[in-house]
Amino acid sequence: MNPLALLRRSASSTWAFLRRDRKALAGSIILLVLFIIAAFPTWFSPDNPSAEIYSPGLGPSSAHLLGTTSLGQDVFSQLMSGTRQSVLIALLVGFFSTVASVVIGVTAAYFGGIVDDLLSLFTDVVLVIPTFPLIIVIAGYLQGTGGASFWALVFVLTITGWSYGARQLRVQALSLRNRDYLLAARARGESAWYVIGVEMLPPMTSLIVANFLSSALYAVLTAAGLLFVGLGNVNSQSWGAMLYWAQNNEALNAGLPLWALTPGIMIALLGTAFALLNYAFDEVSNPALRSTRRRSRKQALA
Amino acid sequence: MKYLLRRVGFLVITLWGALTVNFFIPRLMPGSPALSIIGASRGHVNPAALKALEAAFGGGQQNLFVAYLDYLGNALRGQFGVSLSNSFEPVTTVIMKGLPWTLGLVGVTTILGFLIGTGVGAIAAWRRGGKLDSVLPPMFIVVSAFPYFWIGLLVIWLFSLTLGWFPTISNYSENLIPNWTSWGFIRDVLWHAVLPAFTILISSVGGWILTMRNNMITVVAEDYVKMARAKGLHPRRILWQYAGRNAVLPSLTGFAMSLGFVISGAILVEFVFNYPGVGFMLLTAVQNNDYPLMQALFLLITVAVLVSIFIADVATTILDPRTRGSR
Repeated sequence: MNPLALLRRSASSTWAFLRRDRKALAGSIILLVLFIIAAFPTWFSPDNPSAEIYSPGLGPSSAHLLGTTSLGQDVFSQLMSGTRQSVLIALLVGFFSTVASVVIGVTAAYFGGIVDDLLSLFTDVVLVIPTFPLIIVIAGYLQGTGGASFWALVFVLTITGWSYGARQLRVQALSLRNRDYLLAARARGESAWYVIGVEMLPPMTSLIVANFLSSALYAVLTAAGLLFVGLGNVNSQSWGAMLYWAQNNEALNAGLPLWALTPGIMIALLGTAFALLNYAFDEVSNPALRSTRRRSRKQALA
Repeated sequence: MKYLLRRVGFLVITLWGALTVNFFIPRLMPGSPALSIIGASRGHVNPAALKALEAAFGGGQQNLFVAYLDYLGNALRGQFGVSLSNSFEPVTTVIMKGLPWTLGLVGVTTILGFLIGTGVGAIAAWRRGGKLDSVLPPMFIVVSAFPYFWIGLLVIWLFSLTLGWFPTISNYSENLIPNWTSWGFIRDVLWHAVLPAFTILISSVGGWILTMRNNMITVVAEDYVKMARAKGLHPRRILWQYAGRNAVLPSLTGFAMSLGFVISGAILVEFVFNYPGVGFMLLTAVQNNDYPLMQALFLLITVAVLVSIFIADVATTILDPRTRGSR
């Protein structure tokens, strides 16, 4: 099959999946909108997000859709320009920790024996050590050198975020390991790379995607929590930094709930998009979880 | 028995792993925190304590291996040095002030969340496609996407600032003197705990509902449940005594796993409510560059999680004979 036809077929099957699954459709639409805002924040923000030039503490009006901060910034513009950092962190941490999960989980399952024992033990140890206190400690040390940079954050979230996925992927890879088609590939004398890459990974796609989505969700929430308590670069344009400044200026007590609460709603919007897609993929890999009503409707038609 | 030994071995290895991570982090960090710690405490602590600090953070003349053994020995004996931001009191003394508050708040809400979540999840799966079952999962998807601390901000705004039903922050009213025999004081403490507890409950209960629901869906399809129905047993008896008992087993392991997440979330909830538990203390220690306190708190939280996981594992072994044979 030529690549173009393959692309067309996968595009059309993706579209069919989205049309069938409303959760997946809703998640994709939210994600798409947020991606566009992240790519072109200036299209959506009427004002310069860092300019402190407006009357402080204004309520919502046509000039300032969500009012202003007590520092005299436009809340809506800040929300729009904060999108990029959260989206980037989600995508980068999701990508890197999924790669780590796949490499470690699948290697353990494929080679078995002592390799499996050691890698599984390592995975389990990392899995049970509570990550957030650990991240706080690391960020605390970095604070002395001017705060955790963007890439330090991505790195720390990746090394703490891969273990759960590695464990799940190992279990699924183990169940594939002794299937006939894999044994056949080995008997043909194919290399380990070929067997893993071409025979083993494709059937695991939905779990790998689910993994990416839950790592992304974890990254968004953890990064926001860190910035909220002032660990990291609080002068960056991000939702976490907005929450930090709102908390520091007692925005709730000052009667500015829009400033204090809307960044959290944006975080949740991004998180919901990942979670919705995650559940959709969960239902693909585990049909027992699918909505019963849809099944009964199909039965009625038949 | 073999399984149990395995779990003990795993507990020991994870504890050692956590201690080792704790030992190497300050040595790998830029800006040599060791020098600032030792600089800050020189003159305030005795030479023996200073040596312990050097073993824990580096910067002394010792070689790495000797320092590591010293550090492990000190940790096993519960000696974590002195807190730099609490007039050089021993770290353990400082921690003991915060620990009861966290145990009370997080402990009670975690158990409550597990019980409520498991119960609701079981009922949702039992009435598959019913109202509860169709409303809860989507609601949980949305709630789980909100940061814990944001839920805290929301309930402060709603129930404290707007409606004025509950106090905003802290663990008890400033003008009260702690007295656990007076009902007035206890009531004040409970009053202050309602909003933080509610926040943790709201954010953690969904996970347990969903886990239980999904386990239950599998179990309800089993033959012995059909058999129980065929025998004409009371539905409530089948739900709890037959299906529920078996479906809760994977949840129990999940309970241990999610404990780490709950404690992590509780750190931020304590921060939002200025609730003086160990989580709030950890963040204050970080802000004050109080590295010894920070390290000890990280270890304490880790040990708490690891021991809980161990207990849950042992409980699963006792309750579910099938796990004893397999790994």
